[in-house]
Amino acid sequence: MSIFDGLAAVEEEILKCMKCGNCQAVCPLYQESRREPAVARGKIRLAAAVLEGKLEPTAGLAERFALCLTCLACVASCPSGVKVDRIILAARTALTQRKGLPFIKKTVFTGLSRPRLFDLGVKTAARIQGLLFKHIEPGKMQPRFPIGLELRRILPPLAPVPFRDQVAEKHTVERPVATVAFFTGCMTNYLYPGIGQAALRVLKAHGVDVIIPRLQHCCGAPILYNGAADMALEMARSHVDLFSGVQADAIITVCGTCGEAFKHLYPELLEDISGYGKRAREVAAKILDITQFLHRLPFDPKLFKALELAVTYHQPCHLGRGLGVAQEPLSIIRSIPGVNYLPLKEPARCCGNAGSFSLTHYDLSYQILTRKLKDIEGTGAQLVVTGCPACRMHLTDGLTQEQMPQNVVHTVELLARSLDEE
Amino acid sequence: MFVAQAIAALRRELGEENVITSPEDLLCYSYDATADLPEQKPDVVVTPENVDQVVKVVKIARQFRLPIYPRGSGTNLSGGTVPIKGGIVLSTLKMNRILEIDPSNLTATVQPGVIIQDLNNAVAPYGLIYPPDPGTVATATMGGSVAECSGGLRGLKYGVTRHYVMGLEVVLAGGEVIRYGGKTVKNVTGYDLVRLFTGSEGTLGIITEIIVRLIPAPQARETMLAGFSRLAGAGNAVADIIGQKVIPATLEIMDRVTVETVENFAHVGLPTDVAAILLIEVDGIPEVVKSEAAAVRQVIAKNGGWVKTAENDEEREKLWNARRAALPALARRKPTTILEDATVPRSKITDMLLAVEDIGRRYNLVIGTFGHAGDGNLHPTILADARNEEEMERVRQAVEEIFRAALSLGGTLSGEHGIGIAKKQFLPWEMGNSGVQVLKKIKQALDPDNLLNPGKIVDLEEGQA
Repeated sequence: MSIFDGLAAVEEEILKCMKCGNCQAVCPLYQESRREPAVARGKIRLAAAVLEGKLEPTAGLAERFALCLTCLACVASCPSGVKVDRIILAARTALTQRKGLPFIKKTVFTGLSRPRLFDLGVKTAARIQGLLFKHIEPGKMQPRFPIGLELRRILPPLAPVPFRDQVAEKHTVERPVATVAFFTGCMTNYLYPGIGQAALRVLKAHGVDVIIPRLQHCCGAPILYNGAADMALEMARSHVDLFSGVQADAIITVCGTCGEAFKHLYPELLEDISGYGKRAREVAAKILDITQFLHRLPFDPKLFKALELAVTYHQPCHLGRGLGVAQEPLSIIRSIPGVNYLPLKEPARCCGNAGSFSLTHYDLSYQILTRKLKDIEGTGAQLVVTGCPACRMHLTDGLTQEQMPQNVVHTVELLARSLDEE
Repeated sequence: MFVAQAIAALRRELGEENVITSPEDLLCYSYDATADLPEQKPDVVVTPENVDQVVKVVKIARQFRLPIYPRGSGTNLSGGTVPIKGGIVLSTLKMNRILEIDPSNLTATVQPGVIIQDLNNAVAPYGLIYPPDPGTVATATMGGSVAECSGGLRGLKYGVTRHYVMGLEVVLAGGEVIRYGGKTVKNVTGYDLVRLFTGSEGTLGIITEIIVRLIPAPQARETMLAGFSRLAGAGNAVADIIGQKVIPATLEIMDRVTVETVENFAHVGLPTDVAAILLIEVDGIPEVVKSEAAAVRQVIAKNGGWVKTAENDEEREKLWNARRAALPALARRKPTTILEDATVPRSKITDMLLAVEDIGRRYNLVIGTFGHAGDGNLHPTILADARNEEEMERVRQAVEEIFRAALSLGGTLSGEHGIGIAKKQFLPWEMGNSGVQVLKKIKQALDPDNLLNPGKIVDLEEGQA
């Protein structure tokens, strides 16, 4: 039984909570509101009440479970080892099954789950985005009308040509040391093709053959985190089919959440689907974040030219706590000649984006971001490095609104910048 | 009917944003950190922002005869914040300002919703510390820890919360605001009401401001981990360390079950062939620390133990990790964790550990014991499964036996967790019926209508309420 089958699957997790309240010390949402339903202990009590049939699956209840960043900070600090994220996902799934999704989410997710339609839609939107958004400066735009987005919000424009349309499917080098399949993720494909280009360049420079399977699409994580497991099932299956068919030593991701989808959510979701359980686990076993993969390759300092830069690093939640990739990005950043790494006081604290959470709860999301911005300011860094396009979007939004000078790049972009091309 | 009117009045006086009534939210204020207790939803939760609003809540509660349950972070271990009779939960979390740090008088003045660790972070730049450090130091509020008089790991050398509270502002059951004590070291004006309200568990008044004493941070420290193949060796070492006139800041013990569990779960490199382990930290002036640490090592050797000394901060962290892992590791063995805090005079530590072992054996329960050996405050931790009613019944009987054992050794029901609901029925065992009567008279004098945290520490019988 999986967490996508309902709360009964997490009964043991719910029982493990000893209600000590230690989660209060680390929950970014609780620290803003200081209200018990915001923190894991409160949500676990609510989940228990639903399981016992003592609480109706009301809209109010769905909103309580929506108030979670799934940043995993509570999971990392829980003395009893309660996997709170599993309880949250099970509860969201159970409530969505009974109450359905809000209209907007349903529309968006239906779009995401139909790859060809989605691709066409985004490309069309890229052509007409000037009607809805005003251009601020390169890479930044702002809504002209309140189209479900806050007017003050700064967003990256859609790429005129998505990353996967910019590049060939197969890239070979002489005497390759390895072959990888590259899962780009939607944000890299449509918003930040530069991350994809950087990944490709760095991998090739390291003697790695890269395959970017054409038929890949959204990983489905936004849908799964919103409790619509049924809609994501086909997406998971098609990716397991696609990537099982690729001969590669590893499957590379450049976003912790996409990595989480492949590594943890697919095996859970497909566990009982005939012909998929084992293959989903095999695909999951091959998933590596790009920094994890690069870190395993022999490092050639001659490849890199010096960058005289003071940088700091924001650890994305799903990359750091989700996939356990915390040290590799730092080690890569430190290995670039000339780069001065100035750590944040709380590098692993959530930036507040949390995917669609920033759409539905922008004010709260921005409040949490404000703490991160203060932390960045305190370091004196010129540039912020992170390993997730969604964090990058949120950080850029805040830095621009607060008129701070720093830009944000993906770890692999920093590395690409220092690649010596001469 | 009354409830609806009271809620309307609360909304009027405190504003919509400070009155919580949705059933989903109320459920999240029906419990605290205590295991195996009944839960109860309040009728309403209020989050006053200042003392005037607290007074208004008290007056509305009086008018409509609704009980008030003050609550900080809800991390206590005695049922102290469970609103067992419904009514109003008064959360202090919006009153969370540090009002003043006064380095010349070595005091800090805080609102009740300040987190203990936040106070420590704020006074650190002055080279000062606020010593009480319960396990919940990163989550518990100052108001809650004063109301519960929490202890912690440094009790032996630095005392507990009551030794640091110098002054209080309290809202009484009638709505009057009183201030007792202040910044003076000496104060014998009238009865010592600061002490009375410290540890009163919210039954006598609502604390709205606290003046605490701060002390200079120790300049140096040395940390040691010692292992013993016999429990008596550890127990005697504790007594002998004190006998050598050394008062360690920390003197913690973990029994065999705890050490085995910690090693199995956390793999911190502890040998599992020991009967008990002590974690010892001496602090103070560098020269004194050095000679005290040497004395400690001698005592350990004399009692047949081995010792590891931390050479730097990294090694110190490693030794501390073993102790910090005690509760988490035990908690992961079974779904339900019952954490007790029976306390005995320091000289009876060995007897108490043996008694707990024996109780565990007789009731066929896994009990890991760790705790503050230096001040006799042990935490027998019983591991069970709440779904197994037969096992839970054995747990309850074992807990009673642990209380009896502690009392028979000259100890007390609770060293630092408080009485609340969890231990209320056992009070006569320790203080006799006449002793309990005195508590009731105090309660009646200050809260004649039994509105403040009713049902905690003592019950007022019909006619008394």
